[in-house]
Amino acid sequence: MNPLRKKRLFIVLGILAGVAIAVGLALTALQQNINLFYTPTQIANGEAPQDTRIRAGGMVKEGSVQRSADSLEVRFVVTDYAKDVTIQYHGILPDLFREGQGIVALGKLNAEGVLVADEVLAKHDEKYMPPEVTKALKDSGQLPKEG
Amino acid sequence: MNWTWFHKWGSPKWFYEMSGRWVFWLALVAAVLLPVGLVWGLAFAPPDYQQGNSFRIIYIHVPTAILAQSCYLLLAVAGVIGLVWKMKLADVALQQAAPIGAWMTFLALLTGAIWGKPTWGSWWVWDARLTSMLILLFLYFGVIALGQAISNRDSAAKACAVLAVVGVVNIPIIKYSVEWWNTLHQPATFKLTERPAMPPEMWLPLLVMVIGFYCFFAAVLLLRMRLEVLRREARSSWVKAEIERQLGGRK
Repeated sequence: MNPLRKKRLFIVLGILAGVAIAVGLALTALQQNINLFYTPTQIANGEAPQDTRIRAGGMVKEGSVQRSADSLEVRFVVTDYAKDVTIQYHGILPDLFREGQGIVALGKLNAEGVLVADEVLAKHDEKYMPPEVTKALKDSGQLPKEG
Repeated sequence: MNWTWFHKWGSPKWFYEMSGRWVFWLALVAAVLLPVGLVWGLAFAPPDYQQGNSFRIIYIHVPTAILAQSCYLLLAVAGVIGLVWKMKLADVALQQAAPIGAWMTFLALLTGAIWGKPTWGSWWVWDARLTSMLILLFLYFGVIALGQAISNRDSAAKACAVLAVVGVVNIPIIKYSVEWWNTLHQPATFKLTERPAMPPEMWLPLLVMVIGFYCFFAAVLLLRMRLEVLRREARSSWVKAEIERQLGGRK
């Protein structure tokens, strides 16, 4: 490689490194704002702001879903297996919503620390399985049976 | 180190002759793999235990998303070669790949939105993965617009190359967004170091689709580049001879 090309290569790589560092610093500074949701532990530690709309994410605790008999009112507990947050929601839940499923709820925390949600999104994991495999796993006890 | 293989790329004529052979095989492989993968994935692969049949959009969504990012890497590599070695072909590749990459990004976003509605309950959320992918689309738009806005070919090439190189910072952000931040988008199913979180009867058609998309992309890119090379070299004698030959006396 001749010296001129080598010099140009170093200039290009230098620009790239500079931009990468700048973007990296900006993203680190914005860390909290880029997170889509707060985990129950963060909410319990008081990291989530009180009087604004926040998103809370976690797993729906097994056996915690209570539906109202005469309305769309539903209450459930979301957990990250360390802390819990109770969520209250009025509306139709997405198809993937079930106990043990990851969800993200958007709403305000009230005085008792209950999140009054106006939107619930279901999160699915990166695992895909055919139904027969799931059935076989459940029969052999490697997966919990659904209620 | 022997650089001759690399310097050959500096000759548009050499590229035109070689690519003519490659295009045929790439197009053939794409024409076989894409229908096979599509039918296999959409009709024969088993449904997912939670999402049922709606997960099948993965067979379009994942290949387009992979291509969108690979194409940008290609833009960046072409940008570096164009800036450092001043190779004409690098600018041709950069300009011709950008619209294909933009379409791939658009398709990935569109299929993602269609998939997101039934599974998440929302067409769009401003999470890190979706937002960085939208930025990728705007980067492609930027490269295309910049290339067309500057009339001097050399200045346009330089400006586009710089934008392509700088924008490549976004690619690792897209890739690792699902690990660095809490996102609604799930983490990667396929990792180089681990077994895929998916059985073979599901990922084999996906692999076929990804390879098919790569071949399709390469074939379309080469076709576009060949045309652009002819256009830019229109005044050279080999192009005149080639056009004469293609027209075959039809005058």
